[in-house]
Amino acid sequence: MSHFLTPVFAPGFFASEAVHIALAVGALVAIVTGTVGVFTVMRGQAFAGEAFGDIGTTGGSGAFLVGVGPLWGFVIGNLLAAGAMETIGIQRTRGRDLATGIVLGASIGLAALFLYLYTASHSTTGVTVTILFGSAFAIASSTFPLIALLSLLALAITITLYRPLLLATVSPEMAAARGIPVRAIGTLYLIALALAAALAAITIGSILGTALLVGPAASALRLTKRPLLAMLTAAGIGIGAMWLGIVLAYDSYEWPPAGHGWPISFFVVTIVFILYLISGLPGRQRHRGENLEQPQPRLHTVHESQ
Amino acid sequence: MNPAGASVGENILEVHGVDVRLSGRKILDRVSFNIAPGEFTGLIGSNGAGKTTLFRVILGLQPVSSGSVVFGGSTRTGGPTRPRTRARSRGHRQIGFVPQKFLLDPDLPLRARDLVGLGLDAHRLGVSRPSRARRALVEEMLEAVDATRFADTRVGRLSGGEQQRILIAHALIARPRLLLLDEPLANLDLRSAHEVVALLARIAREQQIAILISAHEINPLLGVMDRIVYLASGRAVSGRTDEVVRADVLSKLYGHHVDVLNVHGRVLIVAGAGEDTDLAGHEVAFPDSGVH
Repeated sequence: MSHFLTPVFAPGFFASEAVHIALAVGALVAIVTGTVGVFTVMRGQAFAGEAFGDIGTTGGSGAFLVGVGPLWGFVIGNLLAAGAMETIGIQRTRGRDLATGIVLGASIGLAALFLYLYTASHSTTGVTVTILFGSAFAIASSTFPLIALLSLLALAITITLYRPLLLATVSPEMAAARGIPVRAIGTLYLIALALAAALAAITIGSILGTALLVGPAASALRLTKRPLLAMLTAAGIGIGAMWLGIVLAYDSYEWPPAGHGWPISFFVVTIVFILYLISGLPGRQRHRGENLEQPQPRLHTVHESQ
Repeated sequence: MNPAGASVGENILEVHGVDVRLSGRKILDRVSFNIAPGEFTGLIGSNGAGKTTLFRVILGLQPVSSGSVVFGGSTRTGGPTRPRTRARSRGHRQIGFVPQKFLLDPDLPLRARDLVGLGLDAHRLGVSRPSRARRALVEEMLEAVDATRFADTRVGRLSGGEQQRILIAHALIARPRLLLLDEPLANLDLRSAHEVVALLARIAREQQIAILISAHEINPLLGVMDRIVYLASGRAVSGRTDEVVRADVLSKLYGHHVDVLNVHGRVLIVAGAGEDTDLAGHEVAFPDSGVH
């Protein structure tokens, strides 16, 4: 029966170790970004994910320059960025625009320099693409234990903090009134977000990492009204997008211009985007009986027509 | 001024001469009052009178410059040197709190019943384990605030009055002895406001939970208050409504002459003729509903 599948799974797909690693890492990272991402969307912190993308670019290219794996660069860069965000208060809306414009711009500038220095001394431009757009097929099997460890850490933080973090997200005041240390919980969550962004960067690139963090979660939030269910849904969407992206990228070696293969991140991000559009189709929520109990129409036909 | 000064043992909350200064400005100035178990107390004052700060002091989130707050017999706030030592004390969860101007994101993936459930165990780590007892308790609270009908709707999509009910259930499920509500009527239409007040009065009576509710308008609370704490420019007078809502008492509090008028069973508090109208515009509690 395997030859029925040949048009989908090109020869050698299941035998390739690179494919195995890509599938495993893709699934793991999708679970982490789905879980962490639901809170990112609920807390309105997509900007932080974006900031980690930019600063991760600097960290990743710096790592290449000093000769360590890019994942270390992503992780260290993002953790430093998380510390900076806490210190200068980028979490507050007012500080955000300025910090985004100046600090992140400078960070990308630094990344440009690092990438130039590296390519100048190694006469290869592949590294730029790897950092910015990822390269799931190029993940060394020796990196896998570190990826698994970081994934578990990010998941453990998010799940352990689940209840207090949820209340602090809904209302910081109500959480503080019950003695929940809102600030400390926010900082710990930011660390989980930094790790998740680093993991997303290693699979689909630092620039596109936010898409995996925010996209499946945003779709999931449209489909379900329970946070835990949203996390499972987001993880499912992420895994689906990653795996389909990997299959298509493997197939695309046969596509023009032949011989290179299209980037996985292109497929993943496109699938995530399409799913987000589908999840927003009108009528979806009415099936689930929402808003039906509203006795009298409120002002808000605006909402319902969206 | 505390005409109804009850003896120490029987009060659930005692506020003794609380001063709060924020960057040199006096926000609360020797505020004192007591609340007995099951008592319904209105904290009346205009915007900026210090109501929210007073709530934060009672919750142990705002250090005081001097004075103290005694809740359930134990001192919570002992002065400027120990600002948040009580933040994690057990007593903390015996105070329920409904914050001001609560507007939830309509897309928040949280059903009304989930928010009520969080009231039970949000301070615990991890994910809550579903159990029959937990579900029954949530159901009971939803019924108590008459919210069963919209229990499965996303909280952010409920109307203002419905959200208030859910927040009250969220606070009540932890079985507090004191429930603080910061301006819960501010964004409600008259009918919803009336329903919320009636619900709170019933809770205070039936469950012996003391209620402290802040409002900038006295009229919606007139029939149900056992006690009033009237706050102006950080200073307070407290007592029964008829002891406090009087021209001489409020004139002394405001520091200038005010008149207290009864119009068709509603109270109007207005600055006296010839008084500084600046103050009047800022400090006079003006009924939304009594002037038609």
